[in-house]
Amino acid sequence: MNYDVIVVGGGHAGCEAAHASAMQGVKTALITSNIKNIADMPCNPSIGGTAKGIVVREIDALGGLMGRVADISHLQIKMLNSGKGPAVKSLRAQGDKIIYPQNMVKELKSLENLTIIEAMVEDLIVENNEIKGIITQDNISYFCDSLILTTGTYLKSKILVGSTNKEEGPHGETSSKHLSDKLKNLGFEIQRLKTGTPPRLNPETVDFSKLKEECGDQTPWTFSFDLEPQYDVENQEKCYLVYTNENTHQIIKDNLTKSAMYGGYAEGIGPRYCPSIEDKIVRFADKERHQLFLEPESKFYPDLYLQGFSTSMPEDVQEKMVHSLVGLENAEILKYAYAIEYDAINPLQMYPSLESKIIKNLYTAGQINGTSGYEEAAGQGLIAGINAGLKIKGKEPLILKRNESYIGVLIDDLVTKGTEEPYRLLTSRAEYRLILRHDNADLRLRKYGYEVGLITEEQYNRLLNKEKNIDNLTNDLKNTKVHPKEINNQIKEALNIDELQSGMSLYDLLKRPEIKMEYLKDYIENIYPNDIFEIVEIAIKYEGYIAKTNREVEKMLKLESKKIPKDIDYNKIRNLASEAKQKLDKIRPETVAQATRISGVNPSDIAILTVYLKKEYSKDE
Amino acid sequence: MTDNICAISTALGAGAISIVRCSGQDVVEIVNKLFKGNDLTKVQSHTINYGFIVDKEEVIDEVLVSVMLEPNTFTCENIVEINCHGGIATTNKVLELLLTNGCRLAEPGEFTKRAFLNGRIDLVEAEGVNDLIFAETEESRKFAINRVEGNLSNLIKKLRESLVSMRAEFEVNFDYPEESDAPEVTHKMVIEELTKIKTKLEDLLNTSKDGEIIKNGINIAIIGRPNVGKSSILNHLLDQEKAIVTNIAGTTRDIVEGTITLDGIKVNLIDTAGIRDTEDIVEKIGVDKSINFFNKADLVIYVLNNNEEIYEKELSLINDNSVEKIIFINKNDLESNIDITKLQNQNIIYGNTVTEKGLDNLKEEIKRLFNFDKLKSNNYNLLANARQTALVKKAINAINNAVESTKNEVPLEMIAVDIDDAFNSLGEIIGETYKDELLDELFSKFCLGK
Repeated sequence: MNYDVIVVGGGHAGCEAAHASAMQGVKTALITSNIKNIADMPCNPSIGGTAKGIVVREIDALGGLMGRVADISHLQIKMLNSGKGPAVKSLRAQGDKIIYPQNMVKELKSLENLTIIEAMVEDLIVENNEIKGIITQDNISYFCDSLILTTGTYLKSKILVGSTNKEEGPHGETSSKHLSDKLKNLGFEIQRLKTGTPPRLNPETVDFSKLKEECGDQTPWTFSFDLEPQYDVENQEKCYLVYTNENTHQIIKDNLTKSAMYGGYAEGIGPRYCPSIEDKIVRFADKERHQLFLEPESKFYPDLYLQGFSTSMPEDVQEKMVHSLVGLENAEILKYAYAIEYDAINPLQMYPSLESKIIKNLYTAGQINGTSGYEEAAGQGLIAGINAGLKIKGKEPLILKRNESYIGVLIDDLVTKGTEEPYRLLTSRAEYRLILRHDNADLRLRKYGYEVGLITEEQYNRLLNKEKNIDNLTNDLKNTKVHPKEINNQIKEALNIDELQSGMSLYDLLKRPEIKMEYLKDYIENIYPNDIFEIVEIAIKYEGYIAKTNREVEKMLKLESKKIPKDIDYNKIRNLASEAKQKLDKIRPETVAQATRISGVNPSDIAILTVYLKKEYSKDE
Repeated sequence: MTDNICAISTALGAGAISIVRCSGQDVVEIVNKLFKGNDLTKVQSHTINYGFIVDKEEVIDEVLVSVMLEPNTFTCENIVEINCHGGIATTNKVLELLLTNGCRLAEPGEFTKRAFLNGRIDLVEAEGVNDLIFAETEESRKFAINRVEGNLSNLIKKLRESLVSMRAEFEVNFDYPEESDAPEVTHKMVIEELTKIKTKLEDLLNTSKDGEIIKNGINIAIIGRPNVGKSSILNHLLDQEKAIVTNIAGTTRDIVEGTITLDGIKVNLIDTAGIRDTEDIVEKIGVDKSINFFNKADLVIYVLNNNEEIYEKELSLINDNSVEKIIFINKNDLESNIDITKLQNQNIIYGNTVTEKGLDNLKEEIKRLFNFDKLKSNNYNLLANARQTALVKKAINAINNAVESTKNEVPLEMIAVDIDDAFNSLGEIIGETYKDELLDELFSKFCLGK
């Protein structure tokens, strides 16, 4: 069979990739080893979280699926950091692990250009370093122009519980045993990564009276810019807080050598930001307790997920550990925790378009690129799908910049710095985060989604309307003056009336730290949606800081416009430090800006590089 | 960038020896062509080799040649240094030979530039090298060496670390909002920590005024009406202390009559328009106070004749407190006609230039006013040029901004922008933030050779 684009893997990256490809009118196939596991959430039930929630909105802005599917598939949703500033706010939903995949499959099945195939892919068809297709375990060949690999943790996966291990993926699925060897033979650098998941408990055996409830927000939210909230805020599922104690810590210390990680049974590198409980006890020995969450996974089965308690201890130790926790003394473990090891490629070997530097027309996205998290995977899948489609149409790839999106930050980090542990997005990775907010993702990205055909005319008009509303409200604020006689109580409390002597525009008033937008709504005649008020308030109140960020962006873009020729020979630049030479040659940055971000390349190396570029290439400009 | 450069590295003149330095890929081969003695391409690195510089058969000079191979050299490139026998003609001839055999003349500061570009030294150290070359007194040499060794860099690095660790605490709060046991960053904590860092930067700025003094010396102008004894004071200072520079004509320093060292600190004595007694300098200054030397001086010694009354015109000058001042009342043996009440709050020394009375007091007063004791203590973490000073000021501004915003309860992710700003400004001092034009601007200021 022939397809334009084949996507291998039906996880979060694969779903977005297949959807983005098919939406561009490109004949697409999604090949997965088990159709029942499409859009599976094998680990945490949550979608979103700090930085990640903004990624979900970005996916929605670009026309991807994750946001709008999550909006109709969750058990609880809340805004994290709601008490903090606008740039670190982020939505997080507890997804229903049954409903979310169902809704995702419904979306995929509705796509005209998409075929879903169930098969285990074991080999690649490559001619002259160009991808031609794949071969399944049953020895069936499928041909394609572009291939997107989103194999998640399924490359040579190994499940570890204590000293035992099984060569399988999550849910006992068979793993792909030969694909990573094939990639290695083609020249891909393979690294071994590790992640873990905590035990699942039976709620009927938990003493909830001893636990503190964590509820969803009373304000209704959606990830999607197109949907109205689809749930009852009063009727959200609850999560619960659990704490470890001295006893728990002692059990872990006593049994440390039995853990797969500490007993030396594992070789993969795990994430520092999401450590196993034994890691936490060892590395933060002076902490008296660690906070855990007990979270429902679905309305259709009982399992509770014990977030923060991932471990690779043997089953009998897990029993003791769980029973040492207050409220869980009699808890029944339905599924034991495990660590999982898998193969990933070195992301330095791909272009910012997510196409491989080694094999033409081969794209990779998600955990295979060394990332962790559903949202990071989905974001990459979306970009890989868009770019595979664009390439078939002979168009330039969509490369999001660091000042445009978290997805851009993620991909730039991967292809520029690489990663030695599973990569997770953090707001601190985004140096321009003041302008990469959850509230403006559509303003930043929707036009791109529209250009590639993932955003409909109707959705695009919604954006234009939002932009118009923002302009109008800003003008209203500038043109409306408040005089001392007219001030309301809120302003009166916040301000010294004398300052208003000759009247002051609402715009100038809003700049005062004491004044909030809600105090001013009385004076505005036109009617605007709440999100418009929020976004305009941020723009005015933090104008100075946003301008400062924009100046930094300008500087970066100036360097970003200095392209480095693809054929540059770094060995010819003799004064470059050898470490810099090596790194530059390996990563082959496309612009001087990207070169500045490579670790091990110092300002003096950049100076030498710029001088060299000027000397060698300026004649051609 | 890897071509071969050479320059005369010692001051041209009648020194005992002079050194011609070459740096670059092929300098060993180039010098070897001109050298009669061991084959320099075969000698060990970091050796000194005796021989002759020859032009075809003609011997130009008897020399010692140091061969230092990359990477362990000042520029991280191959370096050859030729020790010649002084004398302008010989040294120039050696240089000329090198230029015709594959070297080009180094641009000002180019050796140091290469050392910096090759990662041998950081920016502060590079600037220190420049100062070392120009160092004229022991104190300014120590100061420059301190910077070459990276003392200022270390201080700046420490302050940057404090800023970064503060940022890290913010970030934990942003990215792990539900970690109950991550310490919540309060606005009060932020203000306290920022104020600490700011105080250190301000200290640095204040002591840097001292750095300026160590590097460039104290400028003293001796002012007074004709025949009050200005020349006598000047000559006394110049005679007694060893004058290290006198009457450099045709340079920008042509207003400096002479430079002496006082306890190791440079003191530049400014000639007030040549102290021409025929012209009433006081009149002149009275007309135009902005006159150069008055403004340039760190200290004015205003000389009065004990026997004469103070002119009204003089009073405005004497009471201009924008400049540090010592009033020297000369001819203390004569009857006093000076109305002391008009000199309130002034620093007065009585003396006599004929008997040389009071002149030692004058010197002591200069030392006291400029805190010589403190200057000479070993705390040389000082900024030494306008670029560095401006960047520290920029960092302080950013921190002030951050403190102000924090007081207004602006969200911490905004404050983080100010902190980054301060962090980057400090980074620029030690060259850890990339800035396009920085290098050219900086290295154009360097002297020729090292």
